[in-house]
Amino acid sequence: MSAVSYKTIVVGVAFSPTLKPNLFEAIRLARLFGAQLVLVHVGVKSSIKVEKIKRVFEAFGEKPPRHEMVWQEGKPVDVLLEACSAKNADLLMVGAMQREALFTYYVGSVARKLTRKAPCDVLLLIKPSIDRVACQHVVVNGLEHPKTKEAIATSFFVAQSLGAKKITIVEEIPEKDVKVKVDDDWSLRKATIMKERIKVKENSRVQKILSSLSTTLPKGLLLQIQPIFGRRGYSIGHYAKVVRADLLVMNAPKPSSLWDRIFPHDIEYILSDLPTDVLIVRHE
Amino acid sequence: MSNALSASWFKALPANMFSGFVVSLIALPLGLGLAIASGMPPISGIIGAVVGGAVVAVLGGSHLTITGPGNGLVVVLLGAVYTLGGGDLTQGYLFTLAAIICSGGLLLVFGFLRLGGLSEFFPASAIQGMLAAIGLTILIKQWFVMFGDMGAQGDFFSLLQQVPDSVSKAFGANRETQMAGAIVGLVSLLIMVGYSKIRSRVFHLVPAPMWVVLFAVGVSYYYEFFSESAYPIPVELMIQIPENLFGELPVPDFSLLNSMAFWGVVFSITLIASIESLLSIKAVDKLDPDKRRSNANKDLKALGIATIASGFVGGMNVVTVIARSSVNVNNKATNRSANFFHALFLFLSVLVFQEQIKRIPLPALAAILVYTGYKLASPDTLKQVYTVGKEQLFIFVITLVSTLLTNLITGIFIGVLITFLTHVFVTKSLWRFLRNILKPNVLMFMEPEKKTYYISVNHFCSFLNFYKLKDKLDAVPQNQHLVLDFSFCPFVDHSAMENLSNYQVLFERKGGSFELIGLDIHQADSAHPFAMRKLISLPKIRFIQRFLTNRQEQLKSLAEDSEWVYEATPKKKKLSLSKHIYFDAKTVERVYNLCESNDGTFRVFDVDYSEGAFIAKENVRSSVMLIRSSRPLPQFRLDREGLIEKIYHLAGFDDINLHNHPDFSKRFYLMGDDPKQIRTFFNDAIVGFLLESPDYHLESNGKELLIQHYTRLATVREFEQLRVFGVALKKIAAL
Repeated sequence: MSAVSYKTIVVGVAFSPTLKPNLFEAIRLARLFGAQLVLVHVGVKSSIKVEKIKRVFEAFGEKPPRHEMVWQEGKPVDVLLEACSAKNADLLMVGAMQREALFTYYVGSVARKLTRKAPCDVLLLIKPSIDRVACQHVVVNGLEHPKTKEAIATSFFVAQSLGAKKITIVEEIPEKDVKVKVDDDWSLRKATIMKERIKVKENSRVQKILSSLSTTLPKGLLLQIQPIFGRRGYSIGHYAKVVRADLLVMNAPKPSSLWDRIFPHDIEYILSDLPTDVLIVRHE
Repeated sequence: MSNALSASWFKALPANMFSGFVVSLIALPLGLGLAIASGMPPISGIIGAVVGGAVVAVLGGSHLTITGPGNGLVVVLLGAVYTLGGGDLTQGYLFTLAAIICSGGLLLVFGFLRLGGLSEFFPASAIQGMLAAIGLTILIKQWFVMFGDMGAQGDFFSLLQQVPDSVSKAFGANRETQMAGAIVGLVSLLIMVGYSKIRSRVFHLVPAPMWVVLFAVGVSYYYEFFSESAYPIPVELMIQIPENLFGELPVPDFSLLNSMAFWGVVFSITLIASIESLLSIKAVDKLDPDKRRSNANKDLKALGIATIASGFVGGMNVVTVIARSSVNVNNKATNRSANFFHALFLFLSVLVFQEQIKRIPLPALAAILVYTGYKLASPDTLKQVYTVGKEQLFIFVITLVSTLLTNLITGIFIGVLITFLTHVFVTKSLWRFLRNILKPNVLMFMEPEKKTYYISVNHFCSFLNFYKLKDKLDAVPQNQHLVLDFSFCPFVDHSAMENLSNYQVLFERKGGSFELIGLDIHQADSAHPFAMRKLISLPKIRFIQRFLTNRQEQLKSLAEDSEWVYEATPKKKKLSLSKHIYFDAKTVERVYNLCESNDGTFRVFDVDYSEGAFIAKENVRSSVMLIRSSRPLPQFRLDREGLIEKIYHLAGFDDINLHNHPDFSKRFYLMGDDPKQIRTFFNDAIVGFLLESPDYHLESNGKELLIQHYTRLATVREFEQLRVFGVALKKIAAL
């Protein structure tokens, strides 16, 4: 396993009022990761648009990272995905609505489709900002899943690049693993003991993942492991909201069907109600 | 262990036996009365209680409950006997027995499906409305019987019109026999009403319904042995029980199995039986002196089996009954054997006192039921509902009226619907409910430092999704500390608040604590602790808090205990918060729950502030203390390493190490622009004190010291800790 790094970041550009905050975030991230930017606009090139982008770069003030523009007409999702493959991108950055409207929820918004189909990691930004908001606390999932190791390694890398102070690895443990149904005092006692046991087991599993990582925990970062008994995919989002995390790092989801949206589970909860910025780790 | 257990069980046997005996004294007249009111043979009520008591005592999962025929079922069963039998009461009874058996089967299934939380799905006010409707129906039907009129027919409203006539009819001319019945009925009612007013311990050894029976039977013996004239009450007003109790058992008639009406009855019986039982079980748990938790699912299974058994031998269905259970608790029962003894004594008394039972006139039993009905629908209930809120009264009345106009099932479902519509109307958002109803909305985890259980609720919390919260709450041992945070939950309904207050009681009884936070800025329309609380779009609401939450009441009394001043919503006082670097880049939205010492040196309060602007805006709620210093302080900030939630641009500030306190430096970040002064300030006494205290964020601006509780609002306990910490710190640091 090679150390995680982001060399090429693809970002979609739309000429909406959020252009400036979106671009500012992208420029900042590219600088922090030491990556080059590929700005993709779905539409025709015009001198006004070029001028607008130029002005945003000028407004940023500091030296911008290496960047290029791609202009192409077509369906937004297809164009962006194509650009990701063509430019061999490591990261796709998308501005997302924090809460999706009913229609887009069931039909599938652009952000959601990209999350599923992108060949690289995806960063969903819910609140791009012109001024820098420091990233302090990164929450990452610690599920029992082959991708988890990569997600944790990525969260270390990102936390270090962004200068975060704290990482919390959240282990979501489904209630059904406890196996004891609480009915009365006796079963409650049994369930409590059972939970303690599961916690110890889960902690040692995460510790094992941590010790197998080639990247070590960056200095100055506080690491916390938080076991939560609750619905998988939901609890971590709610937790990120409660502790006011700045970034949530998750494993990539499996493809989903309409069925999954009517009866949401796992990452669907997070996508439908983004608690904070979300980084979805897909790279091998 | 098991020896010790069985030894204590035997030791407690006499107490349980006595309690069971007292309960059987109530169960006898009630059983007879409820059966008659249900249009079934009087003995079927006794059978239900005997079978129910015996079976549930062995198989049940609760400890102090008494099982038998219940009030709630009267209305359904009476309807069933009439409609299923098509007017033929005997045939209707046999069909109804079959329905009872089927409903027992359903109850058993409910138990296996773990539907012990079923009653949570019905809003509290709707249930009260339905119970009141049941009470009124019982009251009005039995009213006529109490006046010796067995012929009154019709639905609730037509009977209501006949009420004025009933009195004149009973005391009219040429009605001597009916008048005698009416007099017995009225005296019985007087006994029921006056019972609680008479303060005599000897008198209270026998429960009121038994006094009624003693009186009525006494009258009958008086005429037999002492009076010249014949017993004036006619045979049709006397109770009918079979000559041979063990003779022919009725055979339930299952021939209606494929009719819709039959299954409608089965469904109604099951629903009402389970709601009545579950509510009673929950209520008895709050009374249990040994603070045990009932296993409602096991109880449901036991009730199902008992109901099936009772139906096969001609008895009514078995539910957990609250009135008899609370008598059981009051008579110092300690375990399920009391329920068994209640059944046993009931059985024996029916065997031994068969002759005497036949001497009970129906108006006397009707008086007991009239009183029971009144209790279910008393004006007190109405007043109680009203104090919670006008909208609850609305729900209550709608459910009550629609239940009376239609039937129980339709009534309760209209109640549920109306409650939901009220919630939609009050929050002005249908979308909030529809969008989130299927989603999980509760997060629970153990706070790593404090070892408290923390639960956060999202979206909304009402009868629709309370079961999700309940699942989590039930999984917390009640001797632990639990913090329930509603900061992300803009709407909490009355049913949820009422249930939560039950949990509060249970936690406190077992030595734990259960605290609600994040509700103080929600609006409520009444002062009642169970009033529903809503928060409509945070920035928009006018911050007028008329009614204090529990937390606020407690904060107030804590402040007053130490002779501080409490203000729930202080006027926009300049608290000089912006002079602290901490609040530099933040907008303070609101300061509330201010506790201030008389001279203004100490101030503790909750504060809502936002960080960032526009879309990056984040709302944060926290509890803070400010101490005014009498001497100049160095400017500094102190944070627990790694616990800083947000960092503010403090360019050039480095962690200041205290050379003689490596452990302190390892644990805390200390920053400031004048390291020399800061090192002088943090002397051994202060360092020692800080090392032994909970970790707070400390910050000085030269004149004032700010102490912040981390990450969320403080519970009452933590609020007090913060206050004590601050007061002690001032002393130690000689501020």
